[in-house]
Amino acid sequence: MDISFDLLMNAIVAGLLLGGFYAAVTAGVSISFGMLDIVNIAHPGFIILGSYIAYIINISFGIDPIVVSILTLPAFYLLGTFIYQVYYLSFEKRGQESLRGLAFFFGLLFVTEVMLILVFGVDYRYVEASYIGPSLHLGNIDFPLRMLVPCITALVLFGLLHLFVTRTFTGRAIMAVSQDQLALQLMAADPIRIKRIAFGISIATAAIAGALLIIIQPVEPSVGREYIGRVFAICVLGGLGSLPGTLVAAMLLGVMESITSTFYGPSWAPAVSFGFLLLTLAFRPAGLFGR
Amino acid sequence: MSTTRFTLVCVLVGLVVYIFGHLLGIGYLFFAGYTILQFIALASAWNILGGYCGYVNFGSAAFFALGAYSTVFFYKFNPLPIPLLIIIAAVVSGIVGLGMGYLTLRLRGAFFAIATLAMAVVLQTLVVNWSYVGGSRGAYIVRTDTIDIGGYTIEYIEYLFLLMMAVAILSIVISRTIARTQLGFGFATIRDDELAAEASGVPTLRLKLIATTISGALMGMAGAPFPYYIGYLQPASAFGLEYGVNSIAMPIIGGTTSWVGPLIGAILLGSLQQIATVTISSAVNLLIVGLLLVGFVVIAPNGLVGLVQDRLRTRRSGK
Amino acid sequence: MSPLLHVSNISKRFGGFVALDGIELEVQPGERLGLIGPNGSGKSTLVNCICGALQNEQGSVHFDGHALDGLAAHQRTHRGLARSFQLPRPFVSLNLADNLRVPMLYTVHKRSGPLHGDSIDARCVELLRLVGLDHKARHMPRDLTQVEMRKLELARAVAAEPKLLIADESMAGLSHSEIEDILALLMQLNERGITIILIEHIMSAVMSFSQRLVVLVSGKKIADGKPENVVKNPEVVRAYLGQ
Repeated sequence: MDISFDLLMNAIVAGLLLGGFYAAVTAGVSISFGMLDIVNIAHPGFIILGSYIAYIINISFGIDPIVVSILTLPAFYLLGTFIYQVYYLSFEKRGQESLRGLAFFFGLLFVTEVMLILVFGVDYRYVEASYIGPSLHLGNIDFPLRMLVPCITALVLFGLLHLFVTRTFTGRAIMAVSQDQLALQLMAADPIRIKRIAFGISIATAAIAGALLIIIQPVEPSVGREYIGRVFAICVLGGLGSLPGTLVAAMLLGVMESITSTFYGPSWAPAVSFGFLLLTLAFRPAGLFGR
Repeated sequence: MSTTRFTLVCVLVGLVVYIFGHLLGIGYLFFAGYTILQFIALASAWNILGGYCGYVNFGSAAFFALGAYSTVFFYKFNPLPIPLLIIIAAVVSGIVGLGMGYLTLRLRGAFFAIATLAMAVVLQTLVVNWSYVGGSRGAYIVRTDTIDIGGYTIEYIEYLFLLMMAVAILSIVISRTIARTQLGFGFATIRDDELAAEASGVPTLRLKLIATTISGALMGMAGAPFPYYIGYLQPASAFGLEYGVNSIAMPIIGGTTSWVGPLIGAILLGSLQQIATVTISSAVNLLIVGLLLVGFVVIAPNGLVGLVQDRLRTRRSGK
Repeated sequence: MSPLLHVSNISKRFGGFVALDGIELEVQPGERLGLIGPNGSGKSTLVNCICGALQNEQGSVHFDGHALDGLAAHQRTHRGLARSFQLPRPFVSLNLADNLRVPMLYTVHKRSGPLHGDSIDARCVELLRLVGLDHKARHMPRDLTQVEMRKLELARAVAAEPKLLIADESMAGLSHSEIEDILALLMQLNERGITIILIEHIMSAVMSFSQRLVVLVSGKKIADGKPENVVKNPEVVRAYLGQ
């Protein structure tokens, strides 16, 4: 195989840009699964929902999709708190998280996807923005703006989350609740309220991730399913609950997928992330950086 | 009722249903009936690992598809009679179930569930890229319109119906037998509290592996006749989401703690879906399944069987 | 007399946190050992390592002359090691008699050959009578009071016919008379020949029950001897009894 160096470099760069985006997609699950121990496999469904909302408003009013997502943050946050409340009352309180909780989120994922099919149909949807199309060029390496802008936005989002979790009281309380609920109660903070806020934030990130997704690629309702494996693979690989670890793992996965796609064809790409997830679970469930 | 007697009752009921349908002569009933029997098998199989042991398998479609594609493989390689294909599918899916279990069952239930999802996608990708069985282009299965069984000539769909009836009965019998033996007892302890089960001397890993193997094998058997049923098999249809959702929704709605739950769930939900697909649309039908799943999980976690049991208990203590 | 249980140089870390640091412990057959220490000192971690719920990184555990390293928890139970959990973990979908049936079917069966169904039933009832729960044999665990749950937890551990029983904080939150109940039960079990390790915070109970006392602080053993001597040990007083 004639591996052109340029081709390889372009694949790696594309992979890194993609990885940045993957980090944004995974951020929410990092919080809900990594810190709160809630297996929200419906998260990709909410991301797709975010994509469609960005699409609708972009097409109707011409507003930039990322701006749309920022405007819809409060709505998604509220949705997240509502879902957590239902989850808590139905499952966590009764101590039956495992089977019921999983089935609950699976049902949500399913319902979200089917509702989107009913409303929008199965055609691919795109958004219009000034940076979809042009690319930056550095020597022989291309930086397509439609990948670069989401990547930068994702890194900003990630940075903000990291600051929030390490510098603010609520953020640190969220970290604490993931490790020791009792200690948190002694600090006179209500663990349930903290978890609700955290889950709300987790779903809010889906709004932004959704806008980024539809900038990078056309979206149709079942696209979410491909991301389930990616998201959990990154989460597990990066070590649950570690935001920096998640970022590194996301980049790694992005590069691997990109290289596979470039040299072996895109139909093998889903197998990369899911296969990696399986291998990680089988041999190193604590992840590359985990405890 | 002993297992042999129960099996005979099931076979009898099955034959009665078949003869009734045969006399009515409406082909569609057999097509619809096949689907419902298939779901009875899938739901019962899923419940052995999911309901009894408490380990959720999101990748039921993968085992189903394994059965279907092993049939396609032999169709292209050297066509075999379907009963034999069913047995082969059981072996293939059972081994994959065992392998997957060995890799992932040491982990917590949540990780196991995610791993099953991952496995389903990996398998789907492998099949899509395997051109011998058609890959993404799909595979055509040609079959005759009628078939001779012991001197009688019947429609092919009736033959498939009878085969699936056998698989469904097998699933129910195995499901019920497990529940009444020590194995089922051990499964229940795993579901209730795996740590305490280990401390009490229950070999939890071994039991979980048994559950995954049996569950996988039965799902594969349910998938084996599918290519002949549908005529043209694509990965998207074999690995379709409706198999994953239904094999979870039917036991949960019916009730996961007994063998009756999946049966009731499959019959009710299966019939509902047939009606909805024909009268409204297949997308709405799936929406209904999803909503029912979420609703039942939140409101009635023990399913319909659980609701009935609660009603009986309150009535008994009320007297 | 060789010890029934020999824990040698057990160490266990969780990431950067050292939960156990070179623990050495011996328990003689028939002994009543008390294990005390402040919250977070590593008592439960030690129990989990001995029983196989956790894997220790260093050191080994010998029980009844055999090394337990690498054995799964259920295999250790088969060898005669049983434990009750700090927070009771009953099998919620089984009634009380069936809860006791589990260790009988999976441990006693395995060890001494299949038991007849009737004899299992008889043993379950006898054990329930021992803990005063035979009138609730057909009840479900959710119908039990706190102290009844603790008793069920102990009964289930005993149903495995162990040589060594580790009772992990069976008395927390109980009233004075309830504590007396559990102590009497444990004494009775010890008289039947079961070696017992009692992990407790309630000092009066530990002092009256134990023939020997071991103190754990921050993952290290700081005292090991007769109860009346241990409580006078200045290090113990400083670290633990000062509370």
